[in-house]
Amino acid sequence: MLVTLALALVFFVAPNDADQGFSQRIFYFHVSIAITAYACFAGGASKALVHLWKRDPRADLESYVAVHQGVIFGSLVLVTGSIWAKISWGHWWLWSEDQLVLFLVLFLFYAAYFMLRFSVDPGPQRANMSAVYALFGVVLIPVSFMAIRLAKQAIHPVVFTLQGPKFGGWILVTYCVAQVAMLVLAYTLYRVELAGKRVDARVRELKEVLA
Amino acid sequence: MSTAEKYVTAAYCAVFAVVLVYVLIIALKVQRLEREVDELAGRAAAREPEPEERREPAVVG
Repeated sequence: MLVTLALALVFFVAPNDADQGFSQRIFYFHVSIAITAYACFAGGASKALVHLWKRDPRADLESYVAVHQGVIFGSLVLVTGSIWAKISWGHWWLWSEDQLVLFLVLFLFYAAYFMLRFSVDPGPQRANMSAVYALFGVVLIPVSFMAIRLAKQAIHPVVFTLQGPKFGGWILVTYCVAQVAMLVLAYTLYRVELAGKRVDARVRELKEVLA
Repeated sequence: MSTAEKYVTAAYCAVFAVVLVYVLIIALKVQRLEREVDELAGRAAAREPEPEERREPAVVG
């Protein structure tokens, strides 16, 4: 419902941007998906920390699912960002843009998490290695977020500054609804995937008992 | 439809498609789990209960 409301606001209520026109409407989902991806990676890292601290196998699974969500939302950031870049800059991708490259590095870092995880047999060693890796990646989040603010010559727009957002009215309302919608969607998918993985693990245990 | 409108539509369709594929994968997984749970329930039901005479008597109370 929130996603539907956000879509209705994006296409029927939010005004056209004076500078970018209709193409600015990608911003509502692109930025909210990017913040959601950061939140998923941060959540995955925090669960990894819990795992390393308490040696709780549930935290390892939660960390894995959060990173998985982060990679899915991260891929959407890259796709929507590239489409917006094509309209605004005339290129699908610009290697000279720190924000883009750093987000790609963050995305690839967490994509490699799965290669590491599935190259080790299940058990405490795999959980520990995955947790340490997920924790290292969290350093890239503030770097990626701050890159555009620190860069002197950037063409990627900055809409959130220390003085607050550079927009107001319906644009701000629409963005806030889209942001809440994406966070709720990500959290719902996270809970569903986590429940599925837990049931899967229990079914495997039962199979072994009944074998 | 202008070029900008086409690109914006493509961006939102991409988001929708990825979420849809993800939900479909989860739905298929739940379906598989349901089948496996049914199979396990069948296996558990097929197991013969231990005969009464073989059970060791226990003190009650």
